[in-house]
Amino acid sequence: MIYRETGQFKSSYEADQQLFPILQDRVFVIGLALFAFLVVPFVASEYLFRAILTPFLILSLAALGLNILVGYCGQVSLGTGGFMAVGAYAAYNLAVREPDLNLLVVFVLAGLCSTAVGVLFGIPSLRIKGFYLAVATLAAQFFLDWAFARVKWFTNDAPSGSVSAPPLEIFGHLIHGPAQKYLLVLSIVSLGALIARNLARGAIGRSWMATRDMDVAAEVIGIRPLTAKLSAFAVSSFFVGVAGALWAFVYLGSWEPLAFDVNRSFQLLFMVIIGGLGSILGSFLGAAFIVILPLVLNQLPTAMGLPLSTAMVSDLESMVFGALIVFFLIVEPRGLARLWAIGKEKLRLWPFPH
Amino acid sequence: MKREFRMKAAALAIAVGGLFGAALAEAQSANEIFVPVLVYRTGPYAPNGIPWADGFVDYLKLVNARDGGVNGVKIAFEECETGYATDRGVECYERLKSKHPVAFSPLSTGITYALTDKVYNDHIVLITAGYGRADSVDGAVFKWNFPMMGTYWDGADILVQHVKKKGSLKGKKIALVYHDSPYGKEPIPVLEELAKKEGFELIKLPVTHPGVEQKATWLQIRQQRPDYVFLWGWGVMNSTAIKEAIAVGYPRLQMYGVWWAAAEPDVLPAEMAAKGYNGGEQPADPQGHDQVPLRQGAGHRRQAGGGGAGPLQPGHALGDAHCRVDPRGAGQVRQARRHGRGSALGRRASHPRQGAHQGAGRRGDHAADAHLLHGPRRVA
Repeated sequence: MIYRETGQFKSSYEADQQLFPILQDRVFVIGLALFAFLVVPFVASEYLFRAILTPFLILSLAALGLNILVGYCGQVSLGTGGFMAVGAYAAYNLAVREPDLNLLVVFVLAGLCSTAVGVLFGIPSLRIKGFYLAVATLAAQFFLDWAFARVKWFTNDAPSGSVSAPPLEIFGHLIHGPAQKYLLVLSIVSLGALIARNLARGAIGRSWMATRDMDVAAEVIGIRPLTAKLSAFAVSSFFVGVAGALWAFVYLGSWEPLAFDVNRSFQLLFMVIIGGLGSILGSFLGAAFIVILPLVLNQLPTAMGLPLSTAMVSDLESMVFGALIVFFLIVEPRGLARLWAIGKEKLRLWPFPH
Repeated sequence: MKREFRMKAAALAIAVGGLFGAALAEAQSANEIFVPVLVYRTGPYAPNGIPWADGFVDYLKLVNARDGGVNGVKIAFEECETGYATDRGVECYERLKSKHPVAFSPLSTGITYALTDKVYNDHIVLITAGYGRADSVDGAVFKWNFPMMGTYWDGADILVQHVKKKGSLKGKKIALVYHDSPYGKEPIPVLEELAKKEGFELIKLPVTHPGVEQKATWLQIRQQRPDYVFLWGWGVMNSTAIKEAIAVGYPRLQMYGVWWAAAEPDVLPAEMAAKGYNGGEQPADPQGHDQVPLRQGAGHRRQAGGGGAGPLQPGHALGDAHCRVDPRGAGQVRQARRHGRGSALGRRASHPRQGAHQGAGRRGDHAADAHLLHGPRRVA
């Protein structure tokens, strides 16, 4: 009953093709955006900003990138951590070697560096599929790990291999404090989500989805596999590279190559699987789930009065992740986003019985 | 003003993060000091992390039980699992910093690097006992880092001076098998300087995390036959290195491990074949706080179910915890609690290393040189 679109008539093509054609959707999304931009910076605690909101937003941008590749285009990729590292180190080198560059320009250029690397490692996708492509991207991950640990130029000859981001400054205004960092990240992620959504429902997105569903048929009807697959790698790596630069500059501040190892790649893949493949909302839901679950698992036993050792909690986290992934793949392979869509479907009738 | 907003939005806070309320700042009980314990009990570094964590927690419990806390003020502590990962360490730091902690001690050089910038802004003490950034001895720059009980530059210097006693190093080869992380890379500048000064050849052999793949490394050692091997590993890498040394037939008598590569969990897996392996120990605190009575005391009280790994790692942890709780300087803990650094700086000012570093004043080569110029080290 709440989610009916009765009475909402569109009198122009633009109105019909808008991002959120149903009024309830528009109200909810715009309300959420206003809340996130205008209310949260004043009411949330520092812990909420630093430990929950900022990592959630940055990882959801990375998950968005991976979702474009895996969910929309069907190319399995285990190299996301490496591409995040490319973005992070590219941003670091640009910021250190060209201190006069605007921070936003630095992030965009870092994304473009990551795009170049992503396209390079995406070329094998034209010949190999599925599991074998996953292994090829895993090779990319290990190669990039090795490159950033061994090649001294990338870390500006730091003897310890650990690098620190310079202070964040945009248009002369120094960004310090958790609320300002949160707003910076929120702006970039909102823009990224808008771009991704529009790409996904445009011609390029349809070519991705055609390639994912049946690549031979797609080729037959005239979609060039080279363009479709490499554009997916390019766009995905751009998002992932910007997310990597944000992760390093805004969240960590100081990092070493281990921060972007294969576990990060797996974590992002789990986000995308649990959240829902081929869905923008799914990236956000998956990221929220994976960021919040370890914290809940840490706090819940103590809150319930069953103090567990930290080792047990950490192992429990791995067990719960594994169990949930298996559960989602069997019961609801389209993930949390599908559950959200089912909820909205039910809202069409609720509270009436029929 | 921020407090007002927070109180007004209490309902919102509950709705958003009810479970995290426990993590947010509560009014600290007036008669308790809070010590955060960042540990890793899982992952490839757990073989060394678990005894360290047990020792640390045991000492805090010992102080509470034997002495009734510090001058009657009990110590409250909370463990946080980091898994030796930088981002988890940062998350633990953020979660626990609102509880007015006395000091943080992450037991990871990687996490130390990440937290150095943060403690500088948050004004929280970061104690790195026997690890961390070697250049943080310069208190003028690193105002909130307190490296105690030896840095890796000390460790490298100690080992080189020790092997020099066996004969001149000119023309000899020393291989450094190191963990490919900030921890492992710390001693390299000092060893390169010493190589130039003493005339030996330094062979650098990195081992990637987690360190179980060392066959190629030790085959290289078999080919190059260095006179000494310095092991700068951690966790499962140490025991693997010793086992691989046995497999290629490298004499353990010529292997020297830094203090983090010299504990029981590292040699026990190889059993009798590891006989002869040498390990360094952390330099004692210059003000002479004797650690032996502490170890004996803790040994009597230690719970039987504490894992049973030897006393060395808990000993390191005891020293670390002891730096926090000084029974002789009652004012020190109170000062730390007030987030002051007067007494701790006072302790550091009398440290013999300070003069050289304040004179040098810069990181990198200059600091390494000044370090070497300072004179003989205490060989532990």
